Amino acid sequence: MDLADLYRDVIVDHNRSPRNRGRLPGACCHAEGNNPLCGDRLQLDVELDGDRIRDLRFEGSGCAISTASASLMSEAVKGRSRAEAAELSAAVHRMLTGQQEDAARLGKLAALAGVREFPARVKCATLAWHTLNAALAGGAAPVTTE
Amino acid sequence: MAAAREAAVPFDVERIRADFPALARRVNGRPLAYLDSAASAQQPAAVIEAVADYARSHHANVHRGVHTLSQEATALFEGAREKARRFVNAASVAEIVFVRGTTEAINLVAQSWGRAGLAAGDEIVVTQLEHHSNIVPWQLLAGQTGARLKVAPIDGRGVVDFDAYLGLLGPRTRLVALAHVSNALGTVLPVTQFLAAARDRGIVTVVDGAQAVPHLPVDVRALGCDFYAFSAHKMYGPTGIGVLYGREALLAAMPPWQGGGDMILTVSFSGSTWNHLPHRFEAGTPNIGGAVGLGAAIDYLAAVDPARLAAHEQDLLDYASAKLAAIPGLTLVGTAPDKCSLVSFTVEAVHPHDLGTVLDARGVAVRTGHHCAMPVMEHFGLPATTRASFGLYNTRAEIDLLHDALEDAIRMLR
Repeated sequence: MDLADLYRDVIVDHNRSPRNRGRLPGACCHAEGNNPLCGDRLQLDVELDGDRIRDLRFEGSGCAISTASASLMSEAVKGRSRAEAAELSAAVHRMLTGQQEDAARLGKLAALAGVREFPARVKCATLAWHTLNAALAGGAAPVTTE
Repeated sequence: MAAAREAAVPFDVERIRADFPALARRVNGRPLAYLDSAASAQQPAAVIEAVADYARSHHANVHRGVHTLSQEATALFEGAREKARRFVNAASVAEIVFVRGTTEAINLVAQSWGRAGLAAGDEIVVTQLEHHSNIVPWQLLAGQTGARLKVAPIDGRGVVDFDAYLGLLGPRTRLVALAHVSNALGTVLPVTQFLAAARDRGIVTVVDGAQAVPHLPVDVRALGCDFYAFSAHKMYGPTGIGVLYGREALLAAMPPWQGGGDMILTVSFSGSTWNHLPHRFEAGTPNIGGAVGLGAAIDYLAAVDPARLAAHEQDLLDYASAKLAAIPGLTLVGTAPDKCSLVSFTVEAVHPHDLGTVLDARGVAVRTGHHCAMPVMEHFGLPATTRASFGLYNTRAEIDLLHDALEDAIRMLR
């Protein structure tokens, strides 16, 4: 059990300075995620341009792993199609749950690989991705944020 | 005086630690510092062995067979009930109902006494620092009967406002349910005062004693409560067994809660008759081994001088409070003048969940989260806290480990 493998520099950096933090008023897709076990809450707004994610922002309170995961996710899926984002989300799940996955091809997201050695923390890392899936699933028909 | 001389002998924590096998293990390559006894305490060898001996040599169903093993099991089970009676100074074993734990005890009162006794518009008073197990059963009961739930507020230190509590006791108040010691904040409630006010008004009282029994002597008759609930696993016994103490006059008038074997005298399709107390509330084969373990835990605690135990645990609390409060950015949550055996805290810019992971890597076990007391978290505007809780086996050295691990975590994450 190596803490340095969990709290890699990239994770600590994204926790200290989360990217794409905030809301997108009027965004077409929105979802709220929460992890009742630790009280983490996440609001996610996604703006689509046709089938592509033009922008996304998140807000909420959470631990370093859930905040860094949301921040890394926000960078990774911007500009991708919905299908590409869903495939990326599935790949991250496979990596986090220890299934066969070539972490290297996930780029910066590979920083989350250390989480799989800490089973109690896997849900922290997956929260943002579940929320993204929910936002995109409801996104076929635009929903209001209010 | 002999008593004073005795009290001056230091509490021999190393001897006590040797009684608890789990404390000798290592976690993540470090010696375990177990600071989560408020969630569940470790068990001494005497408890583990009593449960194992029952399973090895005396197991059979209770209250039934004429054969030797059944008689032995019954004697052990009913012997544990007598130990529990003495432990809380109940007047009779008829007042000691074995349950799964504090949660089941409170649900039993709500569903038996409450459903029979409450009507629409009646009021139930709880405090804001209750564990969910002393809130949700009353919400369910309120939904079933049309009764209303009222909440006595706490202040910024986690002290229940006694005047506000008195203000809530009105002509429709039928029941008061309150914790003896708060699991999230460590506040010790002046329950004698709270209970007297209720009793003077003819209000039935329920005390959640889960966090009190490992630390404070409990005398249900001196307290003057109608019901007192506790769990074995918070007091160095096994999980899955606990006690509901109920004043006999109340229990005798209460309808059965669950139906089944052991709670009846006769059964026919034209109707059944109920067993005597306390068996009327113990349907089905009970947790016999658990009761035996509870009995052993009671024996273990009875051998510890209560004044020395209190002094030792107060020392741990004072030492931890001062040492942790000196960490920059750390805020203690729950600063009541009368506290018991735990510190709850937050650290600026470091989430409790991350603290918990870093501490675990250093062998330090703490609890992080809302501690099943979400209204308390809401009161303080926090999603979660980190809680270190102490038992009779903890030491100042373990608090030093906690302190150093917290400083590491802050360096790593802030």
